[in-house]
Amino acid sequence: MRELFEIIGKWAGRVVNTSGGMALMLFQAFIWLFVPPLKLRNAFRQMEFVGVKSLFVVILTGAFTGAVLALQSYNALKRFGAESLVGPTVALSMARELGPVLTGLMVTGRAGSAMATELGTMRVTEQIDALYTMAVNPIKYLVSPRILAGVLMMPVLAVVTDFVGVLGGYFVGVKMLGINSGVYIGRTVDFVKPHDIFDGLIKASVFGLILSLVACYHGFNTMGGAAGVGEAATKSVVLGCVLILVADYFLTSVMF
Amino acid sequence: MIKIIDLKKSFNSKKVLDGVNLEMEKGKITVIIGRSGEGKSVLIKHIIGLLKPDSGDVLLDGQDITKMTERELNEVRRRFGMLFQGAALFDSMTVAENVAFPLREHAEMSEVALKKVIIEKLRLVGLKNVENMMPADLSGGMKKRVGLARAVAMDPEIVLFDEPTTGLDPVMSDNVATLILDTQRNLKTTYIVITHDIPLTYKIADKIAMLHEGRIVEQGDVDYMKSCPNPILRQFLEGKAEGPIKVI
Repeated sequence: MRELFEIIGKWAGRVVNTSGGMALMLFQAFIWLFVPPLKLRNAFRQMEFVGVKSLFVVILTGAFTGAVLALQSYNALKRFGAESLVGPTVALSMARELGPVLTGLMVTGRAGSAMATELGTMRVTEQIDALYTMAVNPIKYLVSPRILAGVLMMPVLAVVTDFVGVLGGYFVGVKMLGINSGVYIGRTVDFVKPHDIFDGLIKASVFGLILSLVACYHGFNTMGGAAGVGEAATKSVVLGCVLILVADYFLTSVMF
Repeated sequence: MIKIIDLKKSFNSKKVLDGVNLEMEKGKITVIIGRSGEGKSVLIKHIIGLLKPDSGDVLLDGQDITKMTERELNEVRRRFGMLFQGAALFDSMTVAENVAFPLREHAEMSEVALKKVIIEKLRLVGLKNVENMMPADLSGGMKKRVGLARAVAMDPEIVLFDEPTTGLDPVMSDNVATLILDTQRNLKTTYIVITHDIPLTYKIADKIAMLHEGRIVEQGDVDYMKSCPNPILRQFLEGKAEGPIKVI
């Protein structure tokens, strides 16, 4: 029994420690964003890394998700003679849920793991200590630009995912399953409201914050050489994905 | 001048520094020797404020580094340069960008002036035509040289060396030792070197201090240390397995 309490206590301690460390890092990164000189070059480089270089993977994900969604919803809606609702089903699902969530998960896998690995390698090879010795704050130099890039680029990527998903759905629904093109587009426009899209983009921005903060925290606090770097990357992807899904539930319950 | 007074530091109940007292003179090379794991790197990290001690003081020209805020420490750190054990070059940057890094961060310089300084500092460490190479393309010795060029780029008053010859062959080690000596004579800078490389120590040191079990057990110039009868020092300098230093 005592051992059980010890395990629970240790786990709770780790949770509190990690949450506190992340909150502190977020606070510092936010403050450093506004302390001159502003590191715009770093921020743009990170935006390119998180945004431009993730385009291909989110386009593929979006297109096939939209396509399979059209296929599944067609099969279900056909039973009620409501095939015309395939368009809105795909568009609403993409804009409200699947666009931001799938983009978050894919970017966590691609960019989040890379952030954790890069910062982790910099930690174990003393590059972060080198920044301190050169009177450069590593939070300002390394963490703030990455979090900024996550928060700003995720909505852009989510828009791309939404758009490509709707195109994928249109292709399957209209070209393959024979739904009338005018009906498909008309019903989609009728049902999807601007706030569906904007709320989805706010979600994407929050997911961008989560994935970049989790990756930076684990990378920055890496210990123990190459094994530690691998562990940091794994932790950042697993925790990032779980937190995105948890945050999605709470955001959805508040927004919609 | 740097003065360390009764510095103590423990990690998870393991005492690493247990009352270190040491003075390092301005414009001289002080070499701190000791076995691996004795806390030499921990000591050097206290000197530049990367670690906070449990107790004790590190005085730089009378100012206590251990009591400083991060902002004050950043001001002090501009007076330092540091060469890390693995050189700690930024692997996403070229050699030139590495050397220019502290200048770009802290000095208002035109790109032309910056380029001039890069070439001058690289020449100082015996390198040319390497500006556009990436750290991954350099040998261990070249990395250390680039690390030294970056460490002295801001013309610091004090340069710290963490095991500058570790991982190098004997010829390259001697080459780095000569380089340390030459740059110190040229720049008249205070150098603090931690190492367990005895030939390097004898070649460059103005003063040697031996760290053992968290304390400085002996200190003096090269001649004194060579003739000092302290059995711990003798065992270490002569590289013997038998003696008061226990091999675990």
